[in-house]
Amino acid sequence: MSLRTDLGKIRGLGSAKEGVAHWWAQRLTAIALVPLMLWLVINIAHLAGADVKAVQAWIANPVTSVLLILMIVAVFHHMQLGLQVVIEDYVHTEWLKLASIIAVKFAAIALAATSLFAILKIAFAG
Amino acid sequence: MDTRERPLSPHLQVYKPQLTSTLSIMHRMTGVALAVGTLLLVWWLVAASLGGEAFTTIQTIIGSWFGRLILFGWTFALFYHLCNGIRHLFWDMGKGLDLPSAYRSGWIVIAAAIVLTVSGWVCGYHSMGAL
Ligand code: HEM
Repeated sequence: MSLRTDLGKIRGLGSAKEGVAHWWAQRLTAIALVPLMLWLVINIAHLAGADVKAVQAWIANPVTSVLLILMIVAVFHHMQLGLQVVIEDYVHTEWLKLASIIAVKFAAIALAATSLFAILKIAFAG
Repeated sequence: MDTRERPLSPHLQVYKPQLTSTLSIMHRMTGVALAVGTLLLVWWLVAASLGGEAFTTIQTIIGSWFGRLILFGWTFALFYHLCNGIRHLFWDMGKGLDLPSAYRSGWIVIAAAIVLTVSGWVCGYHSMGAL
């Protein structure tokens, strides 16, 4: 016998009320981040000590620009999903929990937008 | 209902620290550390787009001994979180969940994180012509 209501079964969202969407997005971004972060670290290690011209030339390369954009989107999406879980686990005052989660999501979007703008500016305006 | 007298599950501190529990909390700590570290990444990208003094400033900060220490910590956190993240993905596929496998993969993650961190820094110092 199941204790779930008919409506609950049809919605199929479980007690978290969001199904597996959050969990799945965390895994998808994690998979994407494996090659992207390895690529980033290798390239930054190669740029160690380089002057601004060399760094800008690297970022302006179309392949680099696109990979950097993908990396930024994946990192901030993954970060925001992860920090939400951490907050949900440790912050038990309802309004504070909500405020912290909103702050994290807004900060992630602002940081991602800032990074993307910087990348595109170097790529298009030099 | 009165909730004060309800039995609580044992607090974490009554457990002996084990490899598995230590690596688990480290995944969370490195995740949070990496989140803070993204500020440095954004700063670096913005400085590169501004050029001039903005870039010199961040390069001086990252190049200082303290900056390098932070960057070293960030690289280790990244490689640990990345390797342990892959361990998580195998668990998600139902693989390696028994105790001997969890211990074995745990030691592999530690070794891989150390090797990758050191390789990354050797590569970095090599590009700077310091090696
Ligand atoms: C700068 C990059 C990254 C940041 C800021 C970041 C941040 C985080 C945070 C805050 C969490 C939540 C931790 C928790 O709930 O205890 C998390 C979880 C996770 N991360 Fe990352 N992460 C990054 C890169 C990666 C990479 C490269 C992987 C590669 C596989 C990865 C795989 C995972 C996985 C699988 C989880 C879920 C773990 C769980 O269910 O407890 N992350 N990450």
